[in-house]
Amino acid sequence: MKTKILLAAATAGVMFAGSVLASTLDDVRARGKLNCIINTGLAGFAAPDDKGNWTGFDVDFCKAVAAATLGDASKVNYTTATGKTRFTKLAAGEGEILSRNTTWTFSRDVDLSQTFIGVSYYDGQGFMVPKALGVKSAKGLDGASVCIQTGTTTELNLAEFFAANNMKYNPVPIETNSEAQELYKAGRCDVYTTDASGLYATMSSFDNPSDHMVLPEIVSKEPLGPVVRHGDDQWADIVGWTLRAMMAGEELNITSANVKSLAGKDNKNKEINRLLGKDPLQGLSKLGLSADWAVQVISQVGNYAEVFEKNLGMSTPLKIARGANQLYRDGGLFYIPPIK
Amino acid sequence: MSLETYKPGSYPNLPPPLGTVGVSGWVRNNLFSSISNSLLTILSVTLLYYLIFGIVDWFLLDAVFDANSKIECRKINDGACWAVVSRRIGQFVYGFYPEAERWRIDITFYAMFFAFAPLLYPDVPKRKYLLWFSGIYPILAYLFINGGYFGLTKIEYSLFGGFMLTVIIGVTGIVCSLPIGILLALGRQSKLTVVRTLCVCFIEFMRGVPLITLLFVASSMLNYFMPPGTNFSILVRVIIMFTFFSAAYIAEVIRGGIQAIPKGQYEAADALGLNYWQKTRFITLPQAMKISIPGIVNTFIGLYKDTTLVVVIGLLDPLGIARASLADTKWNGLSIEVYIFVALFFFVSCLAMSRYSLWLENKLNTDHK
Repeated sequence: MKTKILLAAATAGVMFAGSVLASTLDDVRARGKLNCIINTGLAGFAAPDDKGNWTGFDVDFCKAVAAATLGDASKVNYTTATGKTRFTKLAAGEGEILSRNTTWTFSRDVDLSQTFIGVSYYDGQGFMVPKALGVKSAKGLDGASVCIQTGTTTELNLAEFFAANNMKYNPVPIETNSEAQELYKAGRCDVYTTDASGLYATMSSFDNPSDHMVLPEIVSKEPLGPVVRHGDDQWADIVGWTLRAMMAGEELNITSANVKSLAGKDNKNKEINRLLGKDPLQGLSKLGLSADWAVQVISQVGNYAEVFEKNLGMSTPLKIARGANQLYRDGGLFYIPPIK
Repeated sequence: MSLETYKPGSYPNLPPPLGTVGVSGWVRNNLFSSISNSLLTILSVTLLYYLIFGIVDWFLLDAVFDANSKIECRKINDGACWAVVSRRIGQFVYGFYPEAERWRIDITFYAMFFAFAPLLYPDVPKRKYLLWFSGIYPILAYLFINGGYFGLTKIEYSLFGGFMLTVIIGVTGIVCSLPIGILLALGRQSKLTVVRTLCVCFIEFMRGVPLITLLFVASSMLNYFMPPGTNFSILVRVIIMFTFFSAAYIAEVIRGGIQAIPKGQYEAADALGLNYWQKTRFITLPQAMKISIPGIVNTFIGLYKDTTLVVVIGLLDPLGIARASLADTKWNGLSIEVYIFVALFFFVSCLAMSRYSLWLENKLNTDHK
């Protein structure tokens, strides 16, 4: 009995010791670097350039948070994680942010004790076909052979979509994206299906990308966004509002080019003043950020539109259209709360 | 044609009929001995011609060795685009280790040969002194690569990658697993029940669990057991798992060697009055190790290649770097080139190991052939 009590006390002690650790922000500041968990390599989202610097949409978000908290976008340690290890790495504290094209689902949010702080990219499963196939809609894919990555949610989505439309298909199971590229190029499958962003990345790797097209149907919802651990609301707010500040930057036409001059003067639009620290933003001190946090984010990394264009947009080989990933006023899904 | 006559016994040795010896003879006998054989020969030669020239063309003649992107490559020529490798050779070799500090890896790598030389070759000059160096080399290498001492910058483990990571995991695993494997093999033969049971349990557990599971344990589960705040590097965890895994296999290989020694050897050792450790050191192990060399090297080569599995837990070994490079939109789609390059690296390293083991076998061969 006595040992049992002792054991319980010891366990409680360990748990207590775990809970009174310093806040995430303090950890990051003390270390002087932000630890960010990213993909091991996904075109447009996270990939090292020839010099070994990580670039991409997810990487830029890590940089934005570093700019907001440390004032320097370059102070990031990147830790790579695969789809299987990402959540345990976050839970184990190997990073403060998981910025790795992670789909927000109920069980991931609730069961795995994580906090999804918002959506940074609306993805969805699509179909790519050669234009020569003459198919204009996914509804016309009856009897097609489909390259599909095994063991993913896309497999289930595919089966559900074809069953719902009373169509049949021949699955060609594959393991990796590059395997799919080779099989698709060799004509072993008529259709390749995965997340639309992945389809554009695959298409951009072809010698003649214009011979292929992504069909208009998107058969699943894949809201991707950064994730933080449960339990530190201050940190979740910092990360969440960094994302919203980038979107607000686009909404208020603040770019990396003009942010410095806008921050220096008194603007007619008071929301710009509040975002850029000219007028006080109620409660900012609770976040532990300095008044120029948004200036740092936008000047060093850019607003949402700039980051999107740089990594995924029409000027890149991926050529992904904004689609759902634009502000509500432009017909997209981003409707951010007012900065006041 | 005139008839010549010779005295008995003076008939000269005539050359063999034309076309039965030399190159033409060999060709006729082996390649064109019948119609079907001739057809097959012609067919194979044609196929080989296209195959070899196709490969050489793609590999070398039409290949592009320097360009800024895949698109540029394709504009220059339509062969292999080795530019992806040449532009990223630093990443393939050192991972994300900072460029200014890479000389540390170079020095450690070259010093490794001096550390290994006295262990691998008994005839090395000044072997006694070099052996001391071999002894302290692991500590030096550890300090040197990690930094944080003697004014060297501390380098985070997350920046390790590429071939350097393979060599670190592979060599450390190999060096550590051999002694552990020997102890396990001896322990398994021990008369002490506790020791024997522990060794058997360890070996059977390690052999019964897939390596990939152990890697997931290293990457995920160990975190939960450790007190919060401890920073027990993932790389160290992975190396420990590799070492244990390979030690279990080595133990079984060496046990096979020990059991192959004739009973007379033990009896002779006992008759001489040698104690257990003397018997093991002078009689059992030297013979057992000699028998086990092919098996041991086999296990080592397996371990070395298995290091690529770390890619599933997000470490960027050469395959991980390859994958990451392909995600760069500039190089997207050049998977064949990148994977061939990585394959070549592994082939060369593994060939070196297997050649060394052959050399060692011949050297230690005392059979009366």
